[in-house]
Amino acid sequence: MVAQPPVGQSRHATATPYIGHNDAMLTVSDLACARGEHRLFAGVSFSLAVGEWLHVQGENGAGKTTLLRTLVGLAPAETGTIRWRGAAVPAAEFHRELIYLGHHAAVKEELTPLENLHFAAALDGVPLTEPAALAALRRLGLRGREELPVRVLSAGQKRRVLLARLLTRPATLWVLDEAFNALDARAVELLGELIGEHLAAGGLAVLTSHQSLPLPGGRSLVL
Amino acid sequence: MNVFFASIRRDLLLALRRKSEVATSLFFFVIVVSLFPLGIGPEPVLLKKIAPGVLWVAALLATLLGLPRLFAADHQDGTLEQMALSPAPFGLLIAGKIAAHWLLCGLPLVLLAPLLGLQFALDASTLWVLMLALLLGTPLLSLIGAIGAALTLGVRGGGALLALLVLPLYIPALIFGAGAVEAQSAGLDAGGHFALLAALLALAVFFAPWATTAALKIALE
Repeated sequence: MVAQPPVGQSRHATATPYIGHNDAMLTVSDLACARGEHRLFAGVSFSLAVGEWLHVQGENGAGKTTLLRTLVGLAPAETGTIRWRGAAVPAAEFHRELIYLGHHAAVKEELTPLENLHFAAALDGVPLTEPAALAALRRLGLRGREELPVRVLSAGQKRRVLLARLLTRPATLWVLDEAFNALDARAVELLGELIGEHLAAGGLAVLTSHQSLPLPGGRSLVL
Repeated sequence: MNVFFASIRRDLLLALRRKSEVATSLFFFVIVVSLFPLGIGPEPVLLKKIAPGVLWVAALLATLLGLPRLFAADHQDGTLEQMALSPAPFGLLIAGKIAAHWLLCGLPLVLLAPLLGLQFALDASTLWVLMLALLLGTPLLSLIGAIGAALTLGVRGGGALLALLVLPLYIPALIFGAGAVEAQSAGLDAGGHFALLAALLALAVFFAPWATTAALKIALE
């Protein structure tokens, strides 16, 4: 992990209390979340349009992960609304356009990277051809490791197997929680490229990271 | 429906890569059942009388043994989260996992039971009834057990809690399953017991995946 202070988001337009515009795809208004009795944050509002991304920043325990989990519908919001294309979340349509990669590796140690990708696609009900899966793994620098069990790969390589899903699963909204963890300099650069391409192709992204990302269209939210 | 079969295939492949976990519950079943004839001695009349109960109780316990692992690994590595966010219905994916659990922990019991039944001096027709009763009963055990496994997911010491939660719910299956075999060896018609087992199974097929999914969503929060 790069130990960079989460403050100093001068590169981006500062977000709070409200950022947004009319052609927003994702709109979050007045969101509040609690963990047990403890209120993590309240009054979080933002909206994202095509080609924009949100950098969620905050200290450890500020509720970055909770915000992302609430956003995708894994955790309930205390108050507030989340809308995707104008409809309340979570809807089946939202899940079809969403890819969420969390803290967990979400890959099976017993399977090979190739099998992991194929089963992830099959469970999502998304078609995936062998060449497409191989190309995704090679782009992420796993050439020659496609058929090895994930068990023998390093933490960074496991992370790369997970990130390969960004290429094999078409989605409009990427929600990435600490996606840069355990990655080396080359892979950090590569993931930056992938996110850049995704945004250029009309995608949206919400991510937490302790490092600054030189990508256009960025907004920043400090919890 | 493709995602249902993909979910089954995935769990079967994972089980194939770590065979010991499945083998444990099967050997447990074989050993527990075999201990009774060894302990009681060669008394065909007594053995024949206790056979249905012993085989069914052993099947309950063997199923229970594999239950804590049903969702634990997927929960730990985040796969369950990904399933919950899949565009495919979460319930269908979970139904696939339950079906895979039955194929791995239930079906082998059905196939092993007649061999073990021979130790209890059961005749051929009773062995058939035993197999049929287990064929109807073991999916019921997997379905009910999945609810318990989902409710105790992530709870410390969940294994013991799971047993306390699930075993009472297994009582109807035990009564009608063992009852069918007893009726057959007493020369009575086992049809009524089968009908009740099938009714319970139909109810569980409809209800259990839904309840399991609801419990898993709470565990994921």
